[in-house]
Amino acid sequence: MKQLFVFIRKEFFHVFRDRRTLLIMFGLPVVQILLFGFALTNEVKNAHIVISDNSGDVQTLQIINKIRASSYFTVEESVLNYKAIEKAFRRGEVKCALIFPAHFSEDLKHGGKTQVQIIADGSDPNTAKTIINYLTAIITDYQQQSSSSGLAYRIIPETRMLYNEEGNGSLNFIPGVMALILMIVCTALTSVSVVKEKELGTMEILLVSPFKPVLVLIAKAVPYLVLSFANFTLIVLLSVFVLDVEIKGSVILLFVESTLFIITCLSLGLLISNATSSQQTALLLSLMGMMLPTMIFTGFMFPLENMPWIFRMISNIVPAHWYFLIIKAVMLKGLGFEYIWKETLILIGMTIALLGIALKNFKIRL
Amino acid sequence: MEEKAIICKELTKQFGDFYAVNKISFEVSKGEIFGFLGANGAGKTTAMRILCGLSYPSSGTASVAGFDVYRQQESIKKNIGYMSQKFSLYENLTVLENIEFFGGVYGVSRKEIKERSNDLLETLGLQKESRKMVGELPLGWKQKLAFSVAIFHRPKIVFLDEPTGGVDPVTRRQFWDMIYEAAASGITVFVTTHYMDEAEYCNRISVMVDGRVEALDTPANLKHQFSADTIDEVFYQLARGAKRSAD
Repeated sequence: MKQLFVFIRKEFFHVFRDRRTLLIMFGLPVVQILLFGFALTNEVKNAHIVISDNSGDVQTLQIINKIRASSYFTVEESVLNYKAIEKAFRRGEVKCALIFPAHFSEDLKHGGKTQVQIIADGSDPNTAKTIINYLTAIITDYQQQSSSSGLAYRIIPETRMLYNEEGNGSLNFIPGVMALILMIVCTALTSVSVVKEKELGTMEILLVSPFKPVLVLIAKAVPYLVLSFANFTLIVLLSVFVLDVEIKGSVILLFVESTLFIITCLSLGLLISNATSSQQTALLLSLMGMMLPTMIFTGFMFPLENMPWIFRMISNIVPAHWYFLIIKAVMLKGLGFEYIWKETLILIGMTIALLGIALKNFKIRL
Repeated sequence: MEEKAIICKELTKQFGDFYAVNKISFEVSKGEIFGFLGANGAGKTTAMRILCGLSYPSSGTASVAGFDVYRQQESIKKNIGYMSQKFSLYENLTVLENIEFFGGVYGVSRKEIKERSNDLLETLGLQKESRKMVGELPLGWKQKLAFSVAIFHRPKIVFLDEPTGGVDPVTRRQFWDMIYEAAASGITVFVTTHYMDEAEYCNRISVMVDGRVEALDTPANLKHQFSADTIDEVFYQLARGAKRSAD
């Protein structure tokens, strides 16, 4: 135990004396948080939509058929009560809801003017905005058709972005940046710090010493765990005070889930360090092999809905994808553990597998 | 009977068809300086790794400091020191931090570390530099410090893998003075080197060729046996017969 302490102390010396790495570590989140403020807009296909048709007449059916016919939407079975709609949103089963009021066609017949409500999942603002635009366009199109046939209907869509009423674009990328930063700090820096010892020849000395090899890994991981916490806190503070993002769910749950993800990343870093023997390779592998999939497959930059199925399958094996879903649910939607236990379980499974392989390989190398 | 620090009997390490170490047998007495020579690829490193408890032999027996290389690797590790050809201290830790770290890893108590490190810095004349980063020291100093750190926990045996590579002749001479001192204090020194003048400083030397120990005796006896003037010549006569190419 005393030996472990001595070792961890040494690791902290290494980290704090490497000013450049420290700067990267804490400068990166600031830069990224500010940069990603300009999120990209993308096309969405086959978005799941629930239609609540309280009117159920010719006009609404015509509109519904138009929606069905478009490639942008997959219409789920109609639900009538608001609670059921909300439940579907919480589970993430639907991206959007369209609600026709009961007096829809009557209003059209008598006043030539009525309203529909469109609700979209605002925790994913890019997708939500795009979906709302599509729906509005379809309804406008229907109006024009009807007016050319002599009936001047006016349908006014009333839209709502659920979980994010103002359509704050910065919301969605924050969990993404969190995943990205933790990935970089934990995976890349841990792997580099282990490989560095190999490269310098100090690893040999450590292996010859009575110090247990597994403890080497633990001692290496501890400083980065601490720093990742600091980093995570920094991102949360930046989000709250600079970008005015409100944390809807439990902060404790957020920290617990993040700790889990940090451990996942550390395991990945250790795995990489086992497979490589130079710092450059380790860094390259961490950055190309981990960062790129994180950016692409979490869904925070490019909507996953739009990707071919094979890519959606791949996204399932990217740990950051699950972490992203969890953080989005907790931070932006304010959901409790009962909604994210499945994702958490998957992440735990991945961590155990990665750590297991890393430790086993480390022993073989002796 | 004289106490033996290392005993090897028919020690073999096989990788597939390749015998990296082929039935080597030798004994090293306590407090002896034992030179372990051989061309690159002759199997020195593999043999040394086994003796340090880093890998298992394929067959044969060996004991280091009285512990068996098959079953007691942990005990071996506690009783040996090791210094490799690569510089093996942390450059971005200070002299004192390096000593404290390696002392701590070997389980030396804080009080002991403090006392011994004071003595050590005094002997090396490094008191003023104790708070300097090791990276700022000249190579000769670094190597001497690395050796001191390797024997800091008072091991029974210290393994030196080409410890003087790239060091100037004056520092090498000083380095060997330190080795003699260590040996005089009862530490067995097991050293590999490519400098044949250094081989002359050893009590006994062995020469490995193609995984086997081809010669083993005191430098004087070997020169006599091969009717050579220097160990250099002895080494050439033996190494010329090698079939394996150097790696």
